[in-house]
Amino acid sequence: MKIIQKIGLIIFLVGLAVFTAVPLLGTFKLDQNTFDNLVAEKNIKSDVFVAEINQNVVGKEFSGMQGLSPLVAKALDNANETHIKNKEYDKKIYTSSSDMATLIGKKSGTGFIANNKGIMWFLTFGLAIIGALMYILPNAILLGKKGIKNDGVYHESATNRGWIAWMVFIFLVSFYLVLYFASEYAVNWTFLVDPISESLSGNPAGHWFVYGFMYCVVMSVMAVRMYIKYRHNMYQIVRTTSVLFFQIVFAFLIPEIMVRLQMPYYDFKNAFPLDYDFFFQWNLKELLNSGGIGLFILVWGILLTVVFVPIMVYFFGKRWYCSWVCGCGGLAETLGDPYRQHSSKSLFSWKVERWLIHGVLLFALVMTALTLYSFFAETGTVLGIKTSSIQNLYSLLIGSIFAGVIGTGFYPIFGNRVWCRFGCPLAAYLGFVQRFKSRFRITTNGGQCISCGNCSTYCEQGIDVRAYAQKGENIVRSSCVGCGVCSAVCPRGVLKLENGPEEGRINSTEVLLGNDVDLMNLVNKK
Amino acid sequence: MENIVIIGNGIAGVTTARHIRKLSDKKITIISAESEYFFSRTALMYVYMGHMKFEHTQPYENWFWKKNRIDLINAYVEKVDHEDKTLVLRDGSFLSYDKLIIATGSKPNKFGWPGQDLKGVQGLYSKQDLEQLEKNAPNKDVCKRAVIVGGGLIGIEMAEMLRSRKIPVTFLVRENSFWNGVLPKGESQLINEHILAHHIDLRLETNLEEIISDENGHAKAIKTDKGDIIECTVVGLTAGVTPNIDFLKDSGIELGRGVKVNRLLETNIKDIYAIGDCAEQHEGIGSRRPIEAVWYTGRMMGETLAQTLCGNPTEYKPGHWFNSAKFLDIEYQTYGWVFSERSKQDHEEHFHWRHAKENICLTIAIHKDTKQFLGINTFGIRMRHEIFDRWLTENKNIEYVVEHLKDANFDPEFFKAYEQEIVSKFNMTYNTNISLKKKSWKRIFSKA
Repeated sequence: MKIIQKIGLIIFLVGLAVFTAVPLLGTFKLDQNTFDNLVAEKNIKSDVFVAEINQNVVGKEFSGMQGLSPLVAKALDNANETHIKNKEYDKKIYTSSSDMATLIGKKSGTGFIANNKGIMWFLTFGLAIIGALMYILPNAILLGKKGIKNDGVYHESATNRGWIAWMVFIFLVSFYLVLYFASEYAVNWTFLVDPISESLSGNPAGHWFVYGFMYCVVMSVMAVRMYIKYRHNMYQIVRTTSVLFFQIVFAFLIPEIMVRLQMPYYDFKNAFPLDYDFFFQWNLKELLNSGGIGLFILVWGILLTVVFVPIMVYFFGKRWYCSWVCGCGGLAETLGDPYRQHSSKSLFSWKVERWLIHGVLLFALVMTALTLYSFFAETGTVLGIKTSSIQNLYSLLIGSIFAGVIGTGFYPIFGNRVWCRFGCPLAAYLGFVQRFKSRFRITTNGGQCISCGNCSTYCEQGIDVRAYAQKGENIVRSSCVGCGVCSAVCPRGVLKLENGPEEGRINSTEVLLGNDVDLMNLVNKK
Repeated sequence: MENIVIIGNGIAGVTTARHIRKLSDKKITIISAESEYFFSRTALMYVYMGHMKFEHTQPYENWFWKKNRIDLINAYVEKVDHEDKTLVLRDGSFLSYDKLIIATGSKPNKFGWPGQDLKGVQGLYSKQDLEQLEKNAPNKDVCKRAVIVGGGLIGIEMAEMLRSRKIPVTFLVRENSFWNGVLPKGESQLINEHILAHHIDLRLETNLEEIISDENGHAKAIKTDKGDIIECTVVGLTAGVTPNIDFLKDSGIELGRGVKVNRLLETNIKDIYAIGDCAEQHEGIGSRRPIEAVWYTGRMMGETLAQTLCGNPTEYKPGHWFNSAKFLDIEYQTYGWVFSERSKQDHEEHFHWRHAKENICLTIAIHKDTKQFLGINTFGIRMRHEIFDRWLTENKNIEYVVEHLKDANFDPEFFKAYEQEIVSKFNMTYNTNISLKKKSWKRIFSKA
C-alpha cells in the first residue's frame, strides 16, 4: 500500500511538473492570413500596431510565449503612444497587452502541444489525476478503522507549514498570478482542454475554462479524500457530495451549455454580492439584450439575493450556501481540508476579521449603488468619481487579489477559508442573518466539554469554539459556515449543528450543568 | 485586599480563580511548577498524536491572565505553614496568603514494582510526562515495543497514542475484562474486541511482576505473573492515580488518601480549602466516591468554592453523575448510574442492546421494582445531557425514557438512528408494547 502511494506521488509530481513547464514551452507562428482575420475581427484600426506586428511577429517562429509576448506588448505600447501624441483616439487600442498577446498566442500555437492535445492532456491532467488517486485511495486501508484520523497532522511538513506547505503556497500563488495578470502564459494550458471546451460550448478554451475545468478536477479528486477520511460521518459525506454537484453542474456544465445554446454565460447559484459584477453595465446590457432568458436570469439573480438567501439562512443557517453550494466553499472544503487547522483563533484575528469582511461588504454595496445610478442616469461619473475606476479597483483588489491569489494561494499557511472569513461580502450578509434571525446554532451538550481544544483547532473559520463549549453556551457566530468538523472531531460528543426553534437559541448558562444550584436562592439574589 | 493563593493551575484551581475574579476584586495568585499557563490535561494525548500543538491545549490566550489580574507564579511549594499563613517555596522564598486553596491534582500510582523507577518507565499525567514520552518513544525505531500496565482510561489512551506512531503495544490488564470494575460486561467486552482490532496485544488477568533493567539502568523487558518475559523499551504505568499531597504531610492539615474536606470544601484548618482530584470528602456524596479524579467535578468544585470565598457560602452539591471518554474510535457517555456487575446493587437491572455489526451499544439501568430509570451508558451514540439530567431529576420511569429516546439523541445530522431497533429489543425483552414518539423540540426545551 505504501509503495502504491509512493508511486502515485511520483506520477502526480511528473504530471504537475509537465503542467508547470508547459506555459514556457511550445512553438508559436503567426501567419499573415490569421493576423489579417484577427485585425478585422477585433476591429483594430491602429496602422502602427498592424505594421509593427507584421514586421516583427508575422511569419516568425517563437518558442514559448516569453518570446512572442514582449513584442506584442511593445507594438501595442508604441501604437498607443503614437496615437495619443497625434490625438488619434479612435485608433487607440483599449485591449490590454496581456489580453492581446493571449489572443495572438492562441491563434498562432503550432508545435507539439497544439497538435497533440490528447497526449498533452494525459501527460498533465491525466497523470496528476491518476497519481493523486493512487496516493489517496490506499488510505481507505491505511487509515485503519473508521473514525476521526488527524494523526500526524502536526508532524507532517505539508500540513504543519513546513517546506512542502511553502512550495504549495508558491505554486498556488504563482498559478493565480498567471491566471489573473499574465494570461498569455496560460495559452498552452488552453490547448490541453480545447477538445473538452469544444464538446461543451462549441468554442475553443480560454484561460477561465482551464481554471473552471481544473477546479472541478481538483474538487473531485480531493472529494475522494474527504469520503475516505470522513467515512464514518454521514454529514460530511452528504455535504461533500452537495458542493461537488453544485460546482460541476451549476458552475461548470450549465454555463457552458448555455453558451452553446446562444444564451448568456451564467452560474445560477452565484449570488450577489459575491457575484459583484452582476449589476455592472455590461452584464445588465447583455442580459437585457438576450430576451426571455436574460430577463429570467435578471429576476432570478435579484430574487436569489433578496428573498431566497435570507429565507434559507433563517431555516438552515448560512451553511446551506457556504458549505453545501458555494464554489469557493467547495474548494476550501476539499482541496483546503488538510489546512483547516491553520486559521488563527486569536481575539486579534477576530477583530481584524470583523472590520475587513464588513468593509468589503460596504465597498461592494457602495460600488453597486454607484453602478446602478450610472446605469439609470446614463452617466459615467457620480459626484466626480468615475464609476468604472471604482469597479476596476474592486475587481483588482477584491475580485482578483483577495478572492483568488490570497483566498486560495494562502491555504497552506493561513488555512482554507481566508477569503470566506475575511473577505466574502456574501458571507458577511449571510452572517448578519445567521446571527440575528435564524434557527441555526451549534448546540453545546451541557457540561460535557473537557476543553481539549480539538474543535477550535480544526475550525476553519477561526472561531474559538471551545470558549463557548466550555461555558455550555450555544454558538451562533456569524462567521460559522456550518462545516460540521468541530462536531466531528469532538472526542466527547459535545457539539451538534442544529436547526431548531429560534427561541432559546442563545442561552447563557451561568452555572454549568452538573452543579445542583438552589434555584430559589439564585432567583432571590438577582 | 484579601490575598488568595491557589496551588495548582489545573481545571479546579483555574476555575476557582476565574470565578473569584468574576465575583470580586480580591488578589489572586496561582502557583504551578508544571506549566506557565493553564492547559487541558485531557488533551495531552492529542499533542503526541499530532492532532494539535501544545499551545492549542491552552484554553486562554496568554494575555488573559494579566488582563484579569490573576498572578501566575512558576514555583514548587515545599511546605505550608498555616500558623504564619505562609508557603515555603523550593527556592527558599516565602509567600503569604489570607486564604489558601489546594488544587494540586494527582500523580500516577506506583505499587512498589521492582524496577518501577528505571529509565523508560513512566506514567502519563503531567506535561513533563508527555515530554518524557516524546523522548522515550519518538518513533517505532527507538521504541521497539511498549508495555502498558493498568486497565483504565489513561492506559487505553496511552496505547492509542503509541499506536498512532505504529509502536507495538502490549497492554496488561489485571481484570478479566477491560475496565469491568466500571463497565457492565457487554460494554467491557465490546471494548476488549475494539482494543484487539487496533492491533494492541491485550493481555487480560495479567499482572506486572518486575521490570528488568539493562546495564544502563534502562528498562529492557518486563516479567508478568504468568512468567512471560516481554521485551520492551518503554513501560507505561497507568494503574490509576493518587492525590498529589506529599508536601502536606506534616502541615497539620488532615489527610486521608487526599486532603480531607467537608461539603464547603474546607479542610480542618481555617482558611485552607482543597478542591479537585486531591480533595477527599469525609463521606462520598450520594453514590459518588470520596475522591473523584474527574475533569467535570474539578470544575464544579472550583465554581462552588469561588461562591463560598466571595461571601456566598455554598455547599458542593454535584448534580446527577455524568461522564464521558473515548476508547480509540468509540465515544462513551454516561448519565446517572450504571454500575458494573461487581458493584451493582440487587435492585439494579440492565437492559443491554448491541448493534449486530457496528461498535455501537447501550445499557440502561432500571430499578427492578419501581421500574425507575437509573442511568444510561452509550457507546457510539451521542446523547443530550440536559434531557437525561431532567429525566433523572423527574424520576422518569423506564417506559417514558424508552418511548422518548429520540428527544435524547445528539448524533450529527444524517447519522443512522437506532432508536427503533433499541425499542424493538426492549419490547421483546420485557414483553411491552412501547412505540417511539417523534422528536419534539417543545419537550426538549421545556424546563424541568
